[in-house]
Amino acid sequence: MSEVKFSKEHEWITVADDIATIGITKHATEQLGDIVFTELPDKGSNVEKDKTAGVVESTKAASDVYTPISGEVVDINQSIVDDPSKINLDPEGSAWFFKLKIKDKSEIDTLMSREEYEKFAKESSS
Amino acid sequence: MNVKKTTLFNLHKKHGAKFVNFAGYEMPIQYKDGIIAEHNLTRNKSGIFDVSHMGQLFVTGKDDLTENLQKILPTDLKKLSINQSKYSFLMKENGGIYDDLIITKIEDGYMIILNAACKKNDLLIIKSKLDNKFELILKDDLSLVAIQGPESKDILEKIIPGVKKIKFMNGNKFSFNSEDIYITRSGYTGEDGFEISIKNNSVNKLVEMMIELGSNLIGLGARDTLRLEAGLCLYGHDINEETSPIEANLKWAISKNRINDEFTGAKEIKRQFHEGVKKIRVGIKPDSRVIARESTKIFDEKNNQIGKITSGTFGPSVKGPIAMGYVPNLFSKSNTKVFLEVRGKKILASICDLPFYKKKYVKGEVDVRS
Repeated sequence: MSEVKFSKEHEWITVADDIATIGITKHATEQLGDIVFTELPDKGSNVEKDKTAGVVESTKAASDVYTPISGEVVDINQSIVDDPSKINLDPEGSAWFFKLKIKDKSEIDTLMSREEYEKFAKESSS
Repeated sequence: MNVKKTTLFNLHKKHGAKFVNFAGYEMPIQYKDGIIAEHNLTRNKSGIFDVSHMGQLFVTGKDDLTENLQKILPTDLKKLSINQSKYSFLMKENGGIYDDLIITKIEDGYMIILNAACKKNDLLIIKSKLDNKFELILKDDLSLVAIQGPESKDILEKIIPGVKKIKFMNGNKFSFNSEDIYITRSGYTGEDGFEISIKNNSVNKLVEMMIELGSNLIGLGARDTLRLEAGLCLYGHDINEETSPIEANLKWAISKNRINDEFTGAKEIKRQFHEGVKKIRVGIKPDSRVIARESTKIFDEKNNQIGKITSGTFGPSVKGPIAMGYVPNLFSKSNTKVFLEVRGKKILASICDLPFYKKKYVKGEVDVRS
């Protein structure tokens, strides 16, 4: 498994061979509050870098989930659709959103390291 | 415009509040544990709400004050006994609502609780309609705090003995910190509870005592999920200048013996009362988990738009999405199927009875809304 990378839209991504696992960051869940609804992309569909690939909603508002890289959706995490509160509990672990068959590995190079993301998150929320 | 703060601001901050600008006030939207935890604390235990941004208007005068106020409000004020409260409206001639309010008869007049965003305009309207004959004071030396939920009566009784005896939609004068305070048994959560009007210099002490005894600070976020589950309207969203009380399905708040009487909006209200209305406020439940927010369009089976959602969220006690909106009468029957357009997709939903969540207010008392 590669090191975890981060996007400016507050998604995280890990890569194993040509499969990427994507979810939203702990920082994002803290900003959103209690998550009560999740919508994920359809299995088998193709998603495009920086485009909408899902939705999370708190009691207050709906927010889009973007995909940090392009690819084909090979798996989705049905457990967070059935119980969205799991996302608040373990956002960067068991509450991953979807897995992609990576289209272009070079897209990953544009993403941030943990250190870079933490600095970015701190600045964007202040 | 300067953002105002309530007297409890620092206490909110100390308890980890996240703030939001609401009607020109910096108000807590939630504290550390979040909206759902706060919602459940209120339903199961006790919650404290700072509603000091709301207007506390005191109208005092003798003799013909009641007569004159009745020309503005559709409520039978003559029937009100001292310390009794009623839900009422400030209306336009066409029946549209300038504000919804709670009016309580007190010894030398009336206390009227107004929405924060409307209070200044309300004062101007009431003043002009009363021809400046009476004294009107919008108090800014008073805070307003609500304590809501099943354990609230025991908590407040320990601080202010006697409050348990107050009946729903009634009030009384008490003493705290050597000051007069006024307490009504009311609220906006669907739970038993009280609203306390108290001098700014005593409010911190009172709230700290309530927390000490087990109550919890609750933000505007949970206030919204609680009131929506209880089927209560939020001014500026579910009711406004374009909706009448009859359309808003709040006919119960208009005193029957005043239908043929004179008050602002009476002509239109009387007409709507007898002829019915074209659109009416209903409860709406999506059949799936999808949340339909304010402004979501409502469609019939034939894809005709028939209305709009005015409030929508996830109801933590209902454990699913809930909404309110306006639809033509034809579609207002419970269990009628409608479609809601969310993110470009039409989702199935059902019209349902309000409230979504119901609990008895006070043992032995009848909910005035039923």
